[in-house]
Amino acid sequence: MQLHPAALTETGMAICMLCIFLVPLTGAGLALINTGFGRSRSAAHSMLGALCVFAVAVLVYLLIGFAFQGYIGRPAHLLSFGGRQWNLLGADRLMMRGVVFDGSAVSLVACLQLFSVGIAAMIPLGTGSDRWRLGASCASAALLAGITYPVFAHWIWGGGWLAQLGGLANCGSGAMDAGGAGVIQAVGGLAALSITWILGPRLGKYETSGMAIPGHNMVMVLFGCALAFVGWLGLDAAGAMLFTGASIGSMTLIAVNNVVASSMALLTALIVTGLRFTKPDASISANGFVIGLVSISGVCTMVSPPEAAVIGLVAGLLVPFSVEWLDRLGFDDPSGSISVHAVGGLWGVIAVGLFAQGHPGQWLAQTAMVAALLGFVLPLTYCLNLLVNRFYPYRIHKDGERQGLDMCELGAGAYPELAQSTNDHLYR
Amino acid sequence: MKAAGLFLLIAGFVLVVSALVLLSPNAPRGAFVVAGIAVQILGLALTFRAHLSPDEGR
Repeated sequence: MQLHPAALTETGMAICMLCIFLVPLTGAGLALINTGFGRSRSAAHSMLGALCVFAVAVLVYLLIGFAFQGYIGRPAHLLSFGGRQWNLLGADRLMMRGVVFDGSAVSLVACLQLFSVGIAAMIPLGTGSDRWRLGASCASAALLAGITYPVFAHWIWGGGWLAQLGGLANCGSGAMDAGGAGVIQAVGGLAALSITWILGPRLGKYETSGMAIPGHNMVMVLFGCALAFVGWLGLDAAGAMLFTGASIGSMTLIAVNNVVASSMALLTALIVTGLRFTKPDASISANGFVIGLVSISGVCTMVSPPEAAVIGLVAGLLVPFSVEWLDRLGFDDPSGSISVHAVGGLWGVIAVGLFAQGHPGQWLAQTAMVAALLGFVLPLTYCLNLLVNRFYPYRIHKDGERQGLDMCELGAGAYPELAQSTNDHLYR
Repeated sequence: MKAAGLFLLIAGFVLVVSALVLLSPNAPRGAFVVAGIAVQILGLALTFRAHLSPDEGR
């Protein structure tokens, strides 16, 4: 990971800015995916929840998050250990008061991070679909944007100790994550895992064996995938320019790697589900497309297209088995967020260590990043959410869940002219 | 059981960090790092096991 701020020319700055402006499309895509995978009686709640969570995450990150995250070369809290100075936490000013929004690298990072933290906060929404209260999801987003995300992002993107592992501990170039496979996706995915631990399964999910509760609108899900793809191009390109010093010329490689990995992952998931269930499963195939984008994020500038295809192939193999396995273990994850973002994100982090050329010992730094995600981010996220859940219960009451979150929390449904279905299940 | 699993996740993380920070590059750091990840996998298995309730017929 580079340990000096990105040096951008005026053209580079303009292209980076354009890429950042595409990033909200990723959020829009995820919102559609989460809503499509949920029930129709909670659809409006899901879309409004996505907007509210995004808004809360942005404001909390503005207030305190960026101060903890900082950027390379900015003030930070250091710890002397083993005769070396380790960068632990950003020490910037609250409310981004130390940032001058003039197109400099730090201002572009601040702008990109406002969108990225919103996206990370939206990931758990799909997992808590149909049973997670609106206020509780906003509280959880505040925890993520104010504590978990900025601290971990500082370690990778703010010149923190994981990025320093290259120079100080001889581990390749230190932990690298160009587009946020670990920082955005895995952090959001592990938050989703914590939320499903706390919320438990939807009513009726495990009452009858062999039954699945299908999403209410698969077209919405698939359109969300297409929308997310455009945003992902911007996210990976902007991240690569700002955090790994990628040149303007490498933008084409990023685009090619993204489309190759996602296509390969989609087709792999399609074929695997076709072989396992006799017909291809649209929902898992859609998840296959997204996991391809997630897993290539970390290494998008460092691999060739054939290597991107291999990364996509592995990701496409992971998603159907992960979805099925988690379901059997009692994790009710309607949108497959844990499989796509946590499993895919961890695979993306590992892929940097396996495929990045010219960085001997890189796998040690990437393994340390995985260890930090599992040993710091997951326990912290779970404990913080568990604590808030004690005072402000996350789960809606049973009558509200049966009625649907739209009527219960918003007082109006998303599709008022349509009769509400009472049968949620689908035989497999 | 879930608390024990979370404790193992943290313990594995500490093991990985200690190996990279305290040992010299010539020492077998890789073995300690792999051991730390193995401890974390054990921790994950324990937390997942704790989540799986036997009375729900899954």
